[in-house]
Amino acid sequence: MRMIAAVVAPLVLVAAMPAAAQDHAQHETQTPAPDPHAVHTTATTPQAIPPASGEANAADLYFDPAAMAHAREQLVTENGGMRTHAIILERLEAGFDDEAETYAWHVQGWYGGDVHRFWWKSESEGAFSEEVEHAELQLLYSRAVTPYFDLQAGVRQSYLDSEDRTDFVLGVQGLAPYWFEVGAAAFVSTEGDVTARAEAEYDLRLTQKLILQPAAELNFAAQDIPDLDVGAGFTDANIGVRLRYEFSRSFAPYVGVEWTSALGETRDIRESLGADTQSTRAVIGLRALF
Amino acid sequence: MSVERRTLMKAIAGAAGLASVQGLFPAWAQTGSRGIAPTITTLTGPDIALTVGHAPFSVGGRTGHAITVNGTLPAPLLRLREGQRARLSVTNTLDEDTSIHWHGILLPFQMDGVPGISFPGIRPGETFVYDFPVRQAGTYWYHSHSGLQEAVGHFGPMIIDPAGDDPVAYDREHVVVLSDWSFLHPHEILRRLKASPGYFNQQRTTVAGLLTGEDRMSASERRMWAGMRMDPRDISDVTGSIYTYLVNGHGPEENWTGLFEPGERVRLRIINASAMTNFNVRIPGLAMTVVQADGENVRPVETDEIQIAVAETYDVIISPREDRAYTIVSEAVDRSGMGRATIAPRLRMSAEVPPLRQVPNLTMRDMGMDMGGMDMTGMEGMDHGSMDHGAMNMRDPSLAPPGMAVGVGVQTISPMPENRLAERPLGLENEPHRVLVYTDLVALNPNRDTRQPSRTLEIHLTGNMERYMWGFDGRRFSEIVEPIRFERDERVRVTLVNDTMMQHPIHLHGHFFELVNGQGANQPLKHTVNVAPGGRLSFDLTADAPGDWAFHCHMMMHMHSGMFNIVSIRPLDGIAS
Repeated sequence: MRMIAAVVAPLVLVAAMPAAAQDHAQHETQTPAPDPHAVHTTATTPQAIPPASGEANAADLYFDPAAMAHAREQLVTENGGMRTHAIILERLEAGFDDEAETYAWHVQGWYGGDVHRFWWKSESEGAFSEEVEHAELQLLYSRAVTPYFDLQAGVRQSYLDSEDRTDFVLGVQGLAPYWFEVGAAAFVSTEGDVTARAEAEYDLRLTQKLILQPAAELNFAAQDIPDLDVGAGFTDANIGVRLRYEFSRSFAPYVGVEWTSALGETRDIRESLGADTQSTRAVIGLRALF
Repeated sequence: MSVERRTLMKAIAGAAGLASVQGLFPAWAQTGSRGIAPTITTLTGPDIALTVGHAPFSVGGRTGHAITVNGTLPAPLLRLREGQRARLSVTNTLDEDTSIHWHGILLPFQMDGVPGISFPGIRPGETFVYDFPVRQAGTYWYHSHSGLQEAVGHFGPMIIDPAGDDPVAYDREHVVVLSDWSFLHPHEILRRLKASPGYFNQQRTTVAGLLTGEDRMSASERRMWAGMRMDPRDISDVTGSIYTYLVNGHGPEENWTGLFEPGERVRLRIINASAMTNFNVRIPGLAMTVVQADGENVRPVETDEIQIAVAETYDVIISPREDRAYTIVSEAVDRSGMGRATIAPRLRMSAEVPPLRQVPNLTMRDMGMDMGGMDMTGMEGMDHGSMDHGAMNMRDPSLAPPGMAVGVGVQTISPMPENRLAERPLGLENEPHRVLVYTDLVALNPNRDTRQPSRTLEIHLTGNMERYMWGFDGRRFSEIVEPIRFERDERVRVTLVNDTMMQHPIHLHGHFFELVNGQGANQPLKHTVNVAPGGRLSFDLTADAPGDWAFHCHMMMHMHSGMFNIVSIRPLDGIAS
């Protein structure tokens, strides 16, 4: 029964999330005014059925058909079939608060064409003086499903101070109206635990080079996960503001401040354990695009 | 670069036993050019040998890698005569395939030079002989159709003199080849565009621009654009942030200079051989009389500024009477940089170089929203914030022609695309002087084919700026699209609808089409037409060249991203040798 719940819950969750993130064009139900020019056919220019095809590949008559076939393959690749890649280092930063000096990274990258991509994401946080607190790597298949959004599915391997975990991932990522970069994903662990994460960020261009970026992240658990000191409900939130200077799009150092808090039952659990439930830290770091 | 510094550089280059800086340019493109006189070296005759190879290219004191023809950027001027036979042997010394496409030339399709359509391409170490009768006259150009070689220097001008008298009278002529050069490899440029579409745009709206008013855009307008995820400053994908704009291979500081004698009628053969840049061309202090467009003669029309799209050519006559220098300004349409050259009675003269003008803001018309003829000022009273949820659907599939794929590659579909041929081009709406518009072009001679089109065909130019995907009718060429088929000799009215907010110079190989611009029997013949953002236009095509032909946007990155297709004209009967 628990397995069924584990399967159904993320589907419900995911079904809810893309709805918020869907291409807003789909909400536009009002019929636009008809285009007076849409049909420009006149009596003398009927829209006829295109002519029959005839021979394919006329150049095969003049050149070695095998060489032409090879050149045609190349032509397809060079006109839309290009595969490429990117690495987006969103954050590589050091944090400072009363307690400790911390580090964090958020990086993602992809390889593929315009529609189908192999996508990976990695993030980690921890204190310099301690063992790795949390690090994770997601390996995803990403498919463009609307003009602005990708659907992503794959696995996440997490390396935690308590134990390592593996989750299946299903999520969406893209660009919401008003230029909000958003993402949401549900995770189902091999233990059957269901969690979810939503993220949003926005680039406020103060000048062409100076950019203020507010960002927020919210995590959710569908059930208590005692191993992780997590209670059902919203588990923690993270809000940051970073001011970067883009020497180029590829190299942009920043300073900022970040506030993190455990929420709800998770906060209660961590309080009872005497752990920190809230922190505010100054950050300094680098954003880069490769 | 000052003349003194140039002299110094020449001296240094000479002292080092290297070829002089000037030696890297063909004679006609050397600064201080007296014009194209018969004594100046160009390549001419029935047999012309061209060699494609690697070469260093220097501009602004920096040297990069170029792919050139016969070692120069631009490539040599080919001067042919109407009625002759051209045999152009092209040898490939690269370690990759190459090709030459003769842009605007009417020839048998297998000589057109597009690998995968006309022929297999030219392999490393091989020589291919292009052999065709020259059936036309005018100003044309040639370039690689392999990969992105054209963007790194593989282009050159081509002039065909008429068999009879030239209806255009002139005392002297200069070729003016405009191009854009980057030290960043074009593949890397495209990769960065795919990773971050606004990567090269350094002229976006900002908070500072809002507070100072420099952006010329209100907060509510910004909110409307943001709600649609559209950038009103998305005018050029690749900009002056990495491009140096060249005239005859010379950067602005190197100031290519052509000479004239006061009182002469000087013909400028202007060719836009850029990879990604449409230019606004003007010569402050001189009017330009347009006498030819895309190699075809037009009724002379006087103007002060011409927007020349990628792959277009314009021939203009200027008549400088004063003993002074004039600046030829070729300003990128997004105003992120300019090419600059000089025409002067003597060397070492220069004229004032005007500053770059303000970057234009796109308007609702550029999104294909006519708004009943209202301009942006007329929209002030509207609640822009609600635009994206009510008044206008920016992506209504019912406006797409049958067969169009409305998928992830289609960001918008112009709700009310307008015929914009009579409008001034993007960014020149409010210039105080005359600006050439497409409806000004009238063919000098009436067109040969007077038949009414027997059918119509609508093709949408589509794209998704956020994914940097481009295509026709929602499909990239790589999605195994059906070719565009025409019956041999049929006459078709083709309508292009621009569903995007960018300009697309659309080029059809092997044909001229008649731009339907209201000039009746004298509709101008063109090989490339720039379709305005959110606009529509029609051309009448007589499909008289059997075979397979490329049809594509001449913005290299748009083409390379999929805005490309094959035009297939059948039957082939009687053309196979």
